[in-house]
Amino acid sequence: MGSIDLPSLAALRERPGLAVVVAIGLLLCVDLLAKLAGLRLGPLGGSLSVARLGSNLWNGLVIGLVIGLAGIGLSMTYSILNFANFSHGDLVSTGAFTGWGVAFLIAAAGSQPLGALVTVRDAGDVTPGAIGAHVLSTPGAIIAGLLAAFVITALVSLAVDRAFYKPMRDRGSIALLITSVGVALVVRYLIQFVYGADRRGITASIDGDTIAAPLGVSVTAHQLTIAVAAIALMVAMHYTLQRTKLGTAMRAMADNKDLALITGIPAERVVAATWILGGGLAGASGYLYVLLRGTIQFDFGWSLLLLIFAAVILGGIGSIYGAIAGGLVIGLVFTTSTVWISSDFNSAAAFAVMILVLLLRPEGLFGGVSTA
Amino acid sequence: MSDATAPDDTIPESSPDSALAAVLAAAKRSDFGLVVLTLGLIYIGATLLTFTDGLNSVVGLLRTLTFLGLVYALSALALNLHWGYTGLFNIGVAGFMAVAVYTMGIVVRSPDPAFGPPGFGLPLPVGIVAGMAMASLFGLVAALPALRLRADYFAIVTLGISEIIRLALQSSTFDTALRETLGVGTGGGRGMGMPQNPVRGLFLVDGRAGDPTALGAAVFGTLGEGGLGISNNILIGWGYIIVLAVFVVAFYVLLERLGRSPFGRMLKAIREDELVADSLGKNVDLIKIKVFMIGCALMGLAGILWFGSQGNVSPSPQFEPILTFYIFVAVIIGGSGSNTGSVLGGIVFAAVLFEGPRRVGAVLRDTIDAPTPPTFGDAVAAADPVGLLAYATDNIAPLQFVLLGMVLIFIMHRRPQGLLGDRIETAAAVDLTRREGGERDE
Repeated sequence: MGSIDLPSLAALRERPGLAVVVAIGLLLCVDLLAKLAGLRLGPLGGSLSVARLGSNLWNGLVIGLVIGLAGIGLSMTYSILNFANFSHGDLVSTGAFTGWGVAFLIAAAGSQPLGALVTVRDAGDVTPGAIGAHVLSTPGAIIAGLLAAFVITALVSLAVDRAFYKPMRDRGSIALLITSVGVALVVRYLIQFVYGADRRGITASIDGDTIAAPLGVSVTAHQLTIAVAAIALMVAMHYTLQRTKLGTAMRAMADNKDLALITGIPAERVVAATWILGGGLAGASGYLYVLLRGTIQFDFGWSLLLLIFAAVILGGIGSIYGAIAGGLVIGLVFTTSTVWISSDFNSAAAFAVMILVLLLRPEGLFGGVSTA
Repeated sequence: MSDATAPDDTIPESSPDSALAAVLAAAKRSDFGLVVLTLGLIYIGATLLTFTDGLNSVVGLLRTLTFLGLVYALSALALNLHWGYTGLFNIGVAGFMAVAVYTMGIVVRSPDPAFGPPGFGLPLPVGIVAGMAMASLFGLVAALPALRLRADYFAIVTLGISEIIRLALQSSTFDTALRETLGVGTGGGRGMGMPQNPVRGLFLVDGRAGDPTALGAAVFGTLGEGGLGISNNILIGWGYIIVLAVFVVAFYVLLERLGRSPFGRMLKAIREDELVADSLGKNVDLIKIKVFMIGCALMGLAGILWFGSQGNVSPSPQFEPILTFYIFVAVIIGGSGSNTGSVLGGIVFAAVLFEGPRRVGAVLRDTIDAPTPPTFGDAVAAADPVGLLAYATDNIAPLQFVLLGMVLIFIMHRRPQGLLGDRIETAAAVDLTRREGGERDE
């Protein structure tokens, strides 16, 4: 909230809305410091332990990395194909279900019935403990599941593009947006049809799960896995975009489509690469989100979608670095807002930040540098 | 949309071959006939589906279909003002409806907390007006800053607002805060009971079952349990449908009048080309804000007539974003920009896409003589097509959404203008296609 880059005073005077937001941000910072120090300054202040703030920040960072990872794909399709893809959240769910199916298969193929494993505990009567999927006990299965989530979701997004979006390449952004709502319905409810509607536990619980506790903030093995995997995927994405020919072509398409086509960039191949990379990252992020939460439900991706949009808009549409940074901001707002307001409203706070940024700085916090 | 402007591209020019074709041709020429014909076809289908269960089931199913058709028609008409007329891509309809329904509930409910969330205890008409006014106010708050944004950003902002509204109504903290400050409550996640439908009071004294008024006794005696054997609640439901039909006609007339007024021409001009409208000295922002507020008030009224008549409301699942997309599908099926299309789209959506599949699924399920496998995995593992069919018909709800998504995609691919979208009204007051000769550019 306080992270809006500091404009000059003159700019503030010209834009009262921005001034109000900056003032509120500063007030919240003062309040936070007073709370940490245990001071009471009239209505401000109170008490807040360093450990609680620390665990809020750490949890926010981890959620933010997952949202940022999902946001990269959304940002890429937004800038290269030029529409807001409302089916992105359901690609996140697709990756989670298929990836965990594979992880379960590898973790417990010999000991448990195959049907229960492939359907992610929809069929059969197997407990998460019996499958025992945990990064400390079955690291191979967890990593294989992540790869499977990436690959299968990439293939699904490519298929969806061929079937539904390709015939509409020349249409306007609103027509594509409405189509993507239709695609979202098809994908989400096919997942429900195949995997069932109930929420269920996925990961096993293991003793010694908390592997470090600096300043009283507990860091679990799964949180660390998520952070490492997400950052590795982001770095890989960075190198793909900056160092490969394909990446350069993608950035060119995002920057100026007509110019890119004139220079002979194969548009359809770039579009296919966009879906493979963006869809794959969406699937991977869904898989990691389930690793974080420990439960899965057919529509969790859809309910994450608005947070992902918030991240992408915050960072400026078209920039993957913006999407990552926006994801971190949204994650931090999501968890640290509970210092001031009830946790009923933490998503609402994230949406409110998104709306504020759209109104005050539609080009995104980081100034609309579209480097793809 | 007078009779003269009906399209005849799909009507055979030659004399109709059969009586049915003649009826179809006549219906196409009149909007009212078209709506009645559609309803008639839906009624025939529904009757064929349930006639073996007796008159009561048939009348009950027809009541459900008509109710849903009319409330979707009302909502689609209101959304058509935003999207079809002005091109405002508002996907926060569910939020504005929730505001109106909850405001109405709070204003009308008894102040005594013994009966659930307390309210102000004012009369129902006050509540309805307050609900519309509050929805309109929220529309203003949303529209003031957001209208400067691009269409897709505007869509995301409205969706965000509708989710914030839903989360606030869902929250027990918000409920407690309201109780402490204003002495009224929302009921949080458990929801809120709605005031009694006045139509029920026409048939039953104080709404008590078994205590009919004179009108109630007459109707129940001839058609109800004393006569044809239709259940009293279904008859009262039909009474409410008459009220809804009156509102649909009122919405339709209002929007038609609005669309043909100078104000309406400006709306269409903004939809076609905002920059031109602005350059011609029209205050585009003010017009957009006005139309957004009017549309939100109408959405609020539609929400009150819909959810306010159903006993109990709760933020989830009733006001989730999917509701907005249902209404959008209704508008898109009918063709955005056409009021008759919106009514028709609402009716077709409710019967064919919303209520139809689950009824057909249930009927099909009864014809399959096999146990339902508990999960899709079991159904596939058994490798028995009958078992798979039994699973599919028993789990028709997800498949229905898949169908809905496919229809939406299909319409966007093949017929983006919808059923009647070819009647989209141009911004000009005179018919531009009939211009002959005339001077061109200098």
